[in-house]
Amino acid sequence: MAMVTADPKDVPQVASFAFTAENEASARALMAKYPAGRQASAVIAVLDLAQRQQGWLPRVAMDEVARLLDMAPIRVYEIATFYTMFQLKPKGRHLLQVCTTTPCWLRGSDDIMKACRAAADGTVFSVQEVECLGACVNAPVVQIDDDFYEDLDAASLGRVLDAFRRGERPKAGPQIDRQTSAPAGGPTTLATGD
Amino acid sequence: MLADRDRIFTNLYGFHDWRLDAARKRGAWDGTKELIARGPDAIIDEMKKSGLRGRGGAGFPTGLKWSFMPKEVKDRPHYLIVNADESEPGTCKDRDIMRHDPHLLIEGCLVAGFAMRANAGYIYVRGEFYNEAVTLEAAIREAYDAGLLGKNACGSGWDFDLYVHRGAGAYICGEETALIESLEGKKGMPRLKPPFPAGSGLYGCPSTVNNVESIAVAPTILRRGAAWFSGLGRQNNTGTKLFCISGHVNKPCNVEEEMGIPLRTLIERHAGGVRGGWDNLLAVIPGGASVPLLPKSICDTVLMDFDSLRDVKSGLGTAAVIVMDKSTDIVKAIARLSYFYKHESCGQCTPCREGTGWMWRVMERMVKGEARLDEIDALEDVTRQVEGHTICALGDAAAWPIQGLIRHFRPEMERRIQARTQRLAAE
Repeated sequence: MAMVTADPKDVPQVASFAFTAENEASARALMAKYPAGRQASAVIAVLDLAQRQQGWLPRVAMDEVARLLDMAPIRVYEIATFYTMFQLKPKGRHLLQVCTTTPCWLRGSDDIMKACRAAADGTVFSVQEVECLGACVNAPVVQIDDDFYEDLDAASLGRVLDAFRRGERPKAGPQIDRQTSAPAGGPTTLATGD
Repeated sequence: MLADRDRIFTNLYGFHDWRLDAARKRGAWDGTKELIARGPDAIIDEMKKSGLRGRGGAGFPTGLKWSFMPKEVKDRPHYLIVNADESEPGTCKDRDIMRHDPHLLIEGCLVAGFAMRANAGYIYVRGEFYNEAVTLEAAIREAYDAGLLGKNACGSGWDFDLYVHRGAGAYICGEETALIESLEGKKGMPRLKPPFPAGSGLYGCPSTVNNVESIAVAPTILRRGAAWFSGLGRQNNTGTKLFCISGHVNKPCNVEEEMGIPLRTLIERHAGGVRGGWDNLLAVIPGGASVPLLPKSICDTVLMDFDSLRDVKSGLGTAAVIVMDKSTDIVKAIARLSYFYKHESCGQCTPCREGTGWMWRVMERMVKGEARLDEIDALEDVTRQVEGHTICALGDAAAWPIQGLIRHFRPEMERRIQARTQRLAAE
């Protein structure tokens, strides 16, 4: 459990936040997934929408989400500080989320973490150590924005980061020759593969 | 070895298309209307007979769990909730179901929802699985368009709506009542039980939370019959299971195998063996981070099922097999798990909030041998004070890996302490 505040001192002032018309419509669609009067159930999804629009989650955005969902602002701050995917400070263009939990650590996440920290300049890349990402048979894993980059080593991570620096979006998934979670060299079951 | 014809997840690796047409050719949505026509009681009875035990870690019989829901819908609607908050370190099987075989899960939701008289279901997907949630949403849309979900789903006469709900990074939301809290738009803090969710769950309504794999295997079990499923595996540990093999093996992978397969066979047949050969094995965590590790001597012969692993004071958990060879700093490997539980404790119960941090700090000292010998006993004692004294099982989960380490690797912990003491004395 970490101490997190909804209103950190060292962040830029953001005077106001409003959803774009498109995002407001998306927010209403998310609220409609739940029974009448239960729109608070959409709080994680609508905060995520705000974060995608702004790049991070300033307090004014939390206030707007509270207004939209008819929740007390403190209830929204609680959510934004409890769940680790909410970014309460501005980030670089791409967020490197490095898994260092035991299955990734056993396969070299220390080196991956070191390389990601070195790459994190705050402009192109920000870095965050995260707990198990749930792709353990493809360790070590780094989540970059919404995509998992798997089976990494220093060299393949370097290639992936270089591609992002050039403004490309490299192919996600295993960075070695292998099909998703199947054993390298081909599956031992479901033999035909066709 | 389990024959391919007995495998349920025939697109586990995504060699084929996940979309509806391809899923149908693999057997999904085959005769669903007829399955539903058997009625709730017959479905639940068949699930009970199959012997399926929940695939999320606890191993509670699925059919029995379904039978706890009220037999008729009164003033409050019933809900099916699917736990796709897969976050137990080592575990990555539900991800493959969602991205490669989502229609098995969706069909399972309809059948399970009907059996429990639910007209709505929510699938709670961990926030990091963004792409998996997108695939699942697209598959659900396909199912609606084909009349398989929604009003008169599948022509069954039953109305069923299914929604994807994304989380945002919190291991604790995999605990069923924390998941329900999170689904209601609150912090994921577990609830005291009773009341159990089947009596008062989501929005205070009767609800049942099942793991992705438990739900996704249900339609195949019903189609092929309880006798087929219970004929696989061992008594009280029936059927097939998705195993995740990670760590120091030559070819880490997911694979569907028969329950009760010997651990050694599982690793050597599917994961290319232990790095450096079987004799280079140090220890295995057989069921995800929460279960105690096993030293090689037990790994040589142990079978991979609930009862066999319980008999050696560990557990099948999520069947996530984390392999560690002799190069592993075993104390550090477990200390990293202690950090995980400290990070993921929701902070609600004092023994867990304070205990996970305390245990982690002591474990970090144990890594370097910066401790007295009697502190090993103190650490063991504290794990016993956390275990069983919290609302949910996260406290237990934080305690068990350390207990396993002390049980099997106490000499290594002592060696580090003595080596450091001697080093300091020499200086």
